[in-house]
Amino acid sequence: MANLLDRTVAFSGALRAAGLPVSTAETVDASRALVAVDLLDRESLRAAMAATMCKRPAYRRAFDTLFDLYFPVAYGDGVGTTGDDQAQSPQAQPAPSPAAVGDGDEDVNAMRDQLRDLLLDGSDEDLRRLAREAVRRLGRGETQPGQRSWFAYRVLRRLSPETLLSWLLTRMLDDERGGLAEQVARQTIAERLRVFQEAVESEARRRLAEERGVDKVAQTAVKPLTEQVDFLRASRGDLAELRRQVYPLARRLATRLTARRRLGRAGRLDFRRTVRASLATGGVPMQTVHRPHKPHKPELVVLCDISGSVAGFSHFTLMLTHALREQFSKVRAFAFIDTCDEITGYLRGDDLGDVMARIASEADVVWFDGHSDYGHTFEAFAQRYPDALTPKTSLLVLGDGRNNYRSPALATLKRLVGQVRHAYWLNPEPRSYWGSADSAAPDFARVVDEMVECRNVEQLSEFITRLLPV
Amino acid sequence: MLQSPQFADVTDVVARLGKAGYLADDGIATTVFLADRLGKPLLVEGPAGTGKTELAKAMAAATGAELIRLQCYEGLDEARALYEWNYKKQLLRIQASGGDKSWSLTHDDIFSEEFLLARPLLAAIRRTGPTVLLVDETDKADVEVEGLLLEVLSDFQVTIPELGTVRAQRRPLVVLTSNATRELSEALKRRCLYLYLNYPDAAREKAIVLARVPELPEQMAESLVRTVRALRALDLKKPPSIAESIDWAHTVLALGLDTLDEAAVRGTLGVVLKHVSDQARAVTQLKLGPG
Repeated sequence: MANLLDRTVAFSGALRAAGLPVSTAETVDASRALVAVDLLDRESLRAAMAATMCKRPAYRRAFDTLFDLYFPVAYGDGVGTTGDDQAQSPQAQPAPSPAAVGDGDEDVNAMRDQLRDLLLDGSDEDLRRLAREAVRRLGRGETQPGQRSWFAYRVLRRLSPETLLSWLLTRMLDDERGGLAEQVARQTIAERLRVFQEAVESEARRRLAEERGVDKVAQTAVKPLTEQVDFLRASRGDLAELRRQVYPLARRLATRLTARRRLGRAGRLDFRRTVRASLATGGVPMQTVHRPHKPHKPELVVLCDISGSVAGFSHFTLMLTHALREQFSKVRAFAFIDTCDEITGYLRGDDLGDVMARIASEADVVWFDGHSDYGHTFEAFAQRYPDALTPKTSLLVLGDGRNNYRSPALATLKRLVGQVRHAYWLNPEPRSYWGSADSAAPDFARVVDEMVECRNVEQLSEFITRLLPV
Repeated sequence: MLQSPQFADVTDVVARLGKAGYLADDGIATTVFLADRLGKPLLVEGPAGTGKTELAKAMAAATGAELIRLQCYEGLDEARALYEWNYKKQLLRIQASGGDKSWSLTHDDIFSEEFLLARPLLAAIRRTGPTVLLVDETDKADVEVEGLLLEVLSDFQVTIPELGTVRAQRRPLVVLTSNATRELSEALKRRCLYLYLNYPDAAREKAIVLARVPELPEQMAESLVRTVRALRALDLKKPPSIAESIDWAHTVLALGLDTLDEAAVRGTLGVVLKHVSDQARAVTQLKLGPG
């Protein structure tokens, strides 16, 4: 029991290191839960730990990765000592392999056939077992002479499950290709394939952890939480994940906004209605009547750099602008590279994918050579859209301020800033890079009200909460 | 305040929830079991229509408990959630007794059980029989209500200044649900066990659909579930949830369709997708052909 307790404490430490807020009280709860559940049932154990220590869906991935490391399904090659293997009857094991561990071609082929059949109609549990087997036989490799390690990509490359797709489709569809049935079949296969790939990755990590020690592997195993993914380094998958967060984020910000409004004190005293109400109590004003607050719907003008260097960031901010437009009485968005064009019209489209594509192909944002030129952009903006900025407007500039050593046109920017209520600049670069090389960020920062470092969703939502007026 | 737990073990939870018409997987069953064993409130989050409220109802049915429900909404306050004095009745009492009673007597009289209106939280604490307290859509309530819940759910006692402290005779099983329209406070989460109800895997979803719509042929359920999963994989505003799958099954059955082909899906898409843009996207991406 002491051993298990140590493990739990180490596990909660690893969760904390990965960015999950796990309090001591929650670790205590987890230990109490351990006593209550059947320890031989690994999925029960996982559920118990998740219920006590993982309290946001966004944390679940990191949690599962670490759980598989700290409470591995098996040790070494052996059949696991945990419930999920014991429960299997012998004939459910994949075809017994020859005792010798070979990775010859016929072996790979046999395994490919097995994988193919399981992808067609095996259970997830069978797929996971095959993944373990595959890693054992194919996953071993040398990083450098004398240094052996376990690799998921070796397994996936040797088995190359993607190439099984067409065979699977033929089998599933009985020669009725195209249309709905194929889409559905593709989706089903993709899902099962993902189960297999994840199992292979997790198994390779587990084997590695046995050799190198759990703590070392745990440090690198967990991807950063989506909220903390750097915009400028976001991968395609990250962007898709970010996209899923945008609407909840906008909605959350909106509800917070209305809450703050409602909580605010009542408006000015309505003298006439107060006197009128006092007649009921013989002229003594027992209750004062107040005018309702006028909801302040701010206007927002967004100037967004869409040059290649900040692609991930501008993509995300455009999505947010799109989602936020309902909250503001007037949102106007302008995109620029070295000159600017209004893109508000495109944002009215419902489909974000279309919106992005149309902005990229139709908006007139390049004037000279397609490298960022903030100076010319500000001048073009001031000249072409003199009516966009009013004293009620909040101006939001999104960009890294890398001006390619061109003139920053600070005077123009100063004039623009003078016309609006607030001017903020969101910079996706770390603060320490501002001013390095061709970055004119410090110059711009002196002109606008505030330049904010905005490298991930966390920082962005923090900023917007602050920005949204009551 | 130790009391005998309701469930013997995790398998027992699965069996009894199953009897109440709720198909629980391992994760759900274990969490419910722990909520009962550790006597902690259970916070259930997840997309709309994945059976959060159903879970609470099934727990009540499985334990033979009474379900007390507190529906949260904007502007919910203590008087609606906890307790309130029945002013009208108190006034009547004072008038009826006339002027012959002393103040302290009247005071003691009108601040007694008889004039107390117990709202869901207090009602759940005062019950002596088994109780499941469902706090539904906690995220809709204001932040102050969370503070109130914290106080009540950590000690299971309520202090009424005029009456004294009411302590729970028997801890109710507490289920809080949330659609995550706003983040609940860390403090509340810390005191609860957490369960995220996501869309179920294919096998379980099929079982759920078949359990709810037993007349549906199994083959049909299989293809329906697969189609719903394909829809979920698209980038939709509101992906269809289990509730929609079940509605769809009913629709398909009512229309007497025997296969779910392109035309059938296109014709009934409105049952599963409730946004025009989502429908348009599904039609193009699943190649459903012109409408």
